Amino acid sequence: MKIYADNAATTCMSRRAIEAMLPYMEKVYGNPSSLYAIGQEAKEALETARARVAACLGCTPREILFTSGGSEADNQAIRSVALWGAKKGKKHIISTKFEHHAVLHTLKKLEQEGFEVTLLDVAPKGLVTPEQVAAAIREDTCLVTVMYANNEIGTVQPIPEIGALCREKGVIFHTDAVQAAGHLPINVVEQNIDLLSLSAHKFHGPKGVGALYFRRGVSLTNIIEGGAQERGKRAGTENVPGIMGLAEALEEACEGMEANAGRLIPLRERLIDGLSAIPYSELNGDREKRLPGNVNFCFEGIEGESLLLLLDDLGISASSGSACTSGSLDPSHVLLAIGRPHEVAHGSLRLTLGEDATEEQVDYLIASVTQVVERLRGMSPFWRDLTTGKRPHVFSK
Amino acid sequence: MALYSEKVMDHFRNPRNVGVIENASGVGEVGNPVCGDIMKIYLQIEDDVITDVKFETFGCGSAIASSSMATELIKGKPVSDALKLTNKAVTEALDGLPAHKLHCSVLAEEAIRTALKDYYDKNGIPYDPAQFPDEDSCAHCEKAE
Repeated sequence: MKIYADNAATTCMSRRAIEAMLPYMEKVYGNPSSLYAIGQEAKEALETARARVAACLGCTPREILFTSGGSEADNQAIRSVALWGAKKGKKHIISTKFEHHAVLHTLKKLEQEGFEVTLLDVAPKGLVTPEQVAAAIREDTCLVTVMYANNEIGTVQPIPEIGALCREKGVIFHTDAVQAAGHLPINVVEQNIDLLSLSAHKFHGPKGVGALYFRRGVSLTNIIEGGAQERGKRAGTENVPGIMGLAEALEEACEGMEANAGRLIPLRERLIDGLSAIPYSELNGDREKRLPGNVNFCFEGIEGESLLLLLDDLGISASSGSACTSGSLDPSHVLLAIGRPHEVAHGSLRLTLGEDATEEQVDYLIASVTQVVERLRGMSPFWRDLTTGKRPHVFSK
Repeated sequence: MALYSEKVMDHFRNPRNVGVIENASGVGEVGNPVCGDIMKIYLQIEDDVITDVKFETFGCGSAIASSSMATELIKGKPVSDALKLTNKAVTEALDGLPAHKLHCSVLAEEAIRTALKDYYDKNGIPYDPAQFPDEDSCAHCEKAE
């Protein structure tokens, strides 16, 4: 059996999105900045796409900027507010310890440029609270940026509440909604969001295209200088086919959102129950407040990369937060942020189900993971030490 | 291109000499759970020859493959040969490792040396301590870089 269970990394493109892109590669390939017919036709399509994306988010088309993806949107959102803040003498930014690196690394750079950054702790369940944000806000705070849903453990943050608080305190609020868009209901007005980043390939759209919602009145700074595209806020010939794919995929995802969640949540629960039966394993992140398809576990006594390789042999594509898969000596900063010790974080597994997942697939995932964990534990001196009491267990069962 | 060579994947999928030797002549364990890899080598030594070797490894694919290959390279060999085993020899026998995985082969070399040191200690055989790694060090992480 082949199961792609890494939908948080990227998704398979939907047929509708592909079909929506093709005409803009084959026929309407004009540059939207050109005045002749196929240029203007492309321009019109671009503006229609903008309106469709705006409708999905509950904002106006003027408030949508197309980018090369979620990372660029995050960079531009944060840098824009930082620059605005600096002009007003507000150089303090609040975020969390488990943001995506597109946010964390941008903040790191800003720190080097003289900004002060407060990274909020994340509770063991993988959630931050509006109270934490309230306590961190200062006179000179210009920006609060908190992700909508975490990319590793899938936990969904109290975005409307944090947004309301920021609104009340006069602080700009950005949310990286790369994992949430197309999967969770978003309405930027009702949820008090000033800036929001999304990426098409996380909801069955194409790679290399994303969008930034910026509330009217929030001034944007360019990350990419050049021509006057995107009303002068993002230079470069627009990725028209990509944008058409993004709009189509987002619309499709929003149309099917309720039905998809209704199907996925029971499958997610089945998977969590199945994996919980493995001794000395634990779910990462709150069980209820999480993305419909996200399951993330830590298993004691094993290492994530070898787990992934053996699962790959069984036809399963998954991911892990172990150091060996993160490309550094430390395991996932997300798992460390929620208090998992290094030795447990190395043994993590993320399975993110696609909308087409079936009960049969979930059962195969459970059987495969159980078998592979057992096999790796069988050759692990660390597991031996845990079972003989030479080292203490981290989990209670 | 795949992350690992066919040799690495073969030794990872079908590791040779996995297990434990009860009352082994020498046992060596290196690494720690915080770093994410631990290797434990068990040696059976008779008349200065390694007659049997087993390993247990907690770690990534290349850690498991490196242990497996290292045990193959010293099995049936005189102790003096095993002492000369280098991480480079392990890496070469595996048809190479990605740069950021070289520390796994260092770990294998150190595990074997630590087991040999244990054998010397148990049998009161004199040796030069300088040729053995410090126990509980994380040196393998930096050494490969």
